[in-house]
Parts: sequence; C-alpha cells; structure tokens
Amino acid sequence: MITPPTTSVPMSPQTFDVESLRGEFPILNVLVHGHRLVYLDNAATSQKPRAVIRSEEEYYRTMNANVHRGVHTLSEKATARYEESRESIRKYIGAGSAKEIVFVRGTTEAINLVAATYGKMHVGKGDHVVISGMEHHSNIVPWQMLCGETGALLRVIPLNDRGEVILSEYEKILDGPVKLVAISHISNALGTVNPIREMIASAHRRGIPVLVDGAQAMQHGPVDVRELECDFYAFSGHKMFGPTGIGILFGREALLETMPPYQGGGDMIKSVTFEKTIYNDLPHKFEAGTPNIAGAVALGTATEWLSGLDWTAIGLYEQNLLQYATDALSDMPGVRIIGTAERKAGIVSFVMNDIHPHDIGTILDRDGVAIRTGHHCAQPVMMRYGVPATARASFALYNTASEVDALIAALGRVREVMGI
Amino acid sequence: MTSGAESLYQDIILDHNRSPRNFRVLDGAHRIVEAYNPLCGDHYTIYLKLDGEIISDIAFQGSGCAISKSSASVMSTVVKGKTREEAEALFTAFHHLVTEGADAGEDLDQYGKLAAFSGVSEFPARVKCAILAWHTMKSALHSDAKTVSTE
Ligand SMILES: Cc1ncc(COP(=O)(O)O)c(C=O)c1O
Repeated sequence: MITPPTTSVPMSPQTFDVESLRGEFPILNVLVHGHRLVYLDNAATSQKPRAVIRSEEEYYRTMNANVHRGVHTLSEKATARYEESRESIRKYIGAGSAKEIVFVRGTTEAINLVAATYGKMHVGKGDHVVISGMEHHSNIVPWQMLCGETGALLRVIPLNDRGEVILSEYEKILDGPVKLVAISHISNALGTVNPIREMIASAHRRGIPVLVDGAQAMQHGPVDVRELECDFYAFSGHKMFGPTGIGILFGREALLETMPPYQGGGDMIKSVTFEKTIYNDLPHKFEAGTPNIAGAVALGTATEWLSGLDWTAIGLYEQNLLQYATDALSDMPGVRIIGTAERKAGIVSFVMNDIHPHDIGTILDRDGVAIRTGHHCAQPVMMRYGVPATARASFALYNTASEVDALIAALGRVREVMGI
Repeated sequence: MTSGAESLYQDIILDHNRSPRNFRVLDGAHRIVEAYNPLCGDHYTIYLKLDGEIISDIAFQGSGCAISKSSASVMSTVVKGKTREEAEALFTAFHHLVTEGADAGEDLDQYGKLAAFSGVSEFPARVKCAILAWHTMKSALHSDAKTVSTE
C-alpha cells in the first residue's frame, strides 16, 4: 500500500460519506501493479456505480429487443424503458420536453450533428462561428470543417494567462457577423469553469444561438439547460458515471424542428417511397438506425442515481479536494500548474521540472496511480501555454484526500527514478 | 521500495536523456527525416551523412520523453560509422529487444549499450517511444521520406 497516513486533511464536516459512496464503485478495489487503484483520470472517463452496471445487465437479461418496431412484448418493454430513460434525462437537465432530448453516441457526435444540420443551414460565406481557445478538438474540428465547406470564418476567444476566456474580447468578436457560438462549460485541459450563463446572455442579446459542450460539466453536478438558456447542450454518458457509446444532444425544440435530419435510415422516417420520405417527429428524426438501447437505459439510471445525491455537500467536498490537491502540488518542487482560473472544477494540469509527462505517467502507473498525460485533445491549449503536453489529475466525487497524498508520494518517486 | 519503473529508466537512459549525444543540426546532411508521434507529441529531426555504404555521420534535434530522446541518442552513437547493412541489423536486434524482450538465457551483453532498453518490453505503451528514432533512421537509409509517424 502506498497510501501514507494522512494527518492534515482540511476537509470540512460533511453530510457526504465518501467511503460509503466508494463502496458503490466495484472497480475502485482493483489492484494495479499490486497497489489499490488510485483513479485520477475522471476527465477522460468516470467509473460506473453498481446501479448503472446492473441496469445495463438487467436490460439485456430481461427485456432486450429492438425499439419502436415490434408489437411483441419485449419490444414494447424495451421501447417503454428507452423512452422512460429519455424522460429521466429530460427531468435531470430541466428540459421542457422529451422531444428536446436526442440520443447520440456522445459529445462528439452531438456537436457534429449540430454542425452538419443547423450549421449548414445557417452558416454561409463570410459568416463567423465562435469558439474559445480552450476547446477540446471535438469542439474545434467540426466547426473548422463547416467553415471550410461554407467559406465562413472560425473566430477564437483568446485566453488570459490563468486560463480564462477574455470576456471583453468575446464581446468584440460577437459584434461581427456571428451565426453561432460553441463553448465548453468546463475545460478538460485546464479545469476552468466558464461563465457560460453570462456568455449565453451576451450572445442572445445579439440574437446569436449558443451550443455548450457540457462533456466535463455533467460529472460535477446537475446542469439546468432552461436556467442556462442555452440553445444546444452536448454531453457524454461515460463522463457522468454512465456507459460509453451513449450521449445526449439537448436542443431547443423550436430549433430542432427547423433542422434537417443528420443521417437517413430506419426510425427517423414516417413513410418512405422511392419518390419521397416523410421524416419522423422529434426527437426520432435525429435517431436513425437502431440506437444504443442498453446504453440509453443505463444512462437514464445514471441520472436517477445522480439525482439521489446531495450535490451541495458534494460540491463543497470536490472544491475542498481540489484546493487540497492544488496546494499539495504547488508545494512540490519543480511543479507548475497550468490553468489557475478563479473558478475551477476538479482538474489539475501540471508539468514537473523538465520531465516529460509521459515519463511521469508511466512511473505513477507503477504505483497504481492513473492520470492522463499528453495534450488532452486540446493541442491549441498546449501551444497557448508553451508546453508540449501536461500531466493531468482529475477528481470525481469518489476521490479522497489520501488519494491526493498517494499522487504526491508517487510524484516524489518520479523525481527519484528520474534522478532529480 | 521499488516500483519496477527503475527497470525502464536505467542509468544509461537517464544519462542520454539529460545530455543527448550528437544533438545538433548536421550541416551538409544527405538525408533529413522528421520523426513524429502525434499521440504524445514526440518530435525529432534526424540528419544522416552517407559515404557510400557507410553512415559517416548522424545527428538529431527535437524533443520528447526520456525514452524517445535517449533512444535517439544511443542510436546515433551505435550506428555512426556502420554500414547500412550493419545499421539494419542493429535495428532488427533493437526492435526484437524492445518488443519481445531478451530471450530466456540470452546474454544481454551482446546488445552492448542497447541492453539499457531491455526493460521497455514490459511497458507496452512505451515501445513506440523507444522505436521512433530507429524507424526514422531506417527510412532515411531507404528513401527520401520526409516524416515518419508511429501512428
Ligand atoms: C470538453 C470535452 N469536449 C468533448 C469531449 C468529447 O467527448 P466524447 O469523446 O465522449 O465524444 C471531451 C472528452 O474528452 C471533453 O473533455
């Protein structure tokens, strides 16, 4: 066991019992190179609670059939379960109607869907599409492709040295011929929580719709799309304790209604002749082909599981843990934290001396500590801060201060192994 | 307490990482090839001078992890002055060592300095780092390819 006893853990008294919550995640007992797993790569994907694992299994054991097709009992059950899950998700994010909840593969597909449909309809030569300097490649490349095809211009909101968008620059950019703003809620590479409410309001004052990449936000607490007043909100199940291969595009009904379908096929039609196809109603118009039914069901379960948690207590707990990790890393000789925004989620990107992050990652892994190293699919961010790559520890609600201590101890070993 | 990471980061590797040999631009090089691993951003340029069949000089520049950099450095020292054929034989031996590991009962000494990389095979995610410069050297011998990518 590498976990040293902790003495100075400044955790405030909580109603939130992290140990019992950890018990719901079977994978946290896995041994890695003889050490109990210290999983600090939650921004890449989160682990799954038993409820979610069971839900997927139960679906396959008791009701597997195709949806929206058969009249037989199982198909009816599967369809009902699939639609119930959509309803759970609708409720969880505060959408007005289940028509606004489109099942997709994940954030990436959700953004591509909007670029390929809404984008192609509304963005033309000379128009601007706005993103920020901290976006994940999946919120850059689809817009670049769209701009390439239409002759539009991609504008990028610059970042300050702490890793925050410069709002005065944003305001200036919005005064151009902007047709859409696409911005992350929380940056996966820097941990910055963007002031998206204000940013959305600014865009709306000029009649510009906003897509929010919510991939990182959903694991840190509930999001209310009506309160944010966003036009589109994209997220992935696997980063919010749900399964891989399923995600959601929320879109305002009025916008989705006007958009052409994304893909053609079964389920997205009302009637097909060789002359003409009549598209299905929302949200099915955007769900061509047999969907990831089990994934959708288990994602619904994940939102139900999340709704049962005390997010006030967890929010405080996560902020304390982030502070503890930030302080401990700052005290570590040679460590420089990349991303020091005022408002951050539990993500700490850092470099240490001139040790390459991949060497850090390999040595940490031998101590059972899993972090991400590399450019985090955000190469422009790396360029902005003048590093080829970073090491990134990202924390979820089941991480503990003693796991932070394990990270720090293992980083000490990195220095030893690398002869520093 | 050892974590096993030491078997990867042997002294020779740390030494060549800290002070890489032949780490410069080679004026008048006959072959200049770039090596790039898009996954981790390791990026090197390798310069070769050929005198008939002989690699009369070799140098490199660039940045990346300790494994890729030390591997490029050690490679530059062992292939300098060798014939193409000898360099290719070294490539084959190195490739075997980092992908399969030394065979049971095999004498590591026969690998010379390359033996320092015998731990790599235990770290599958790092094999690409070790082999990057070698692939680049090999393609520089064969063709005028501009960039070698491990992806
Ligand atoms: C901010 C952000 N956007 C988008 C994505 C892409 O998500 P997915 O790969 O699940 O489609 C990620 C995942 O790493 C992310 O962190």
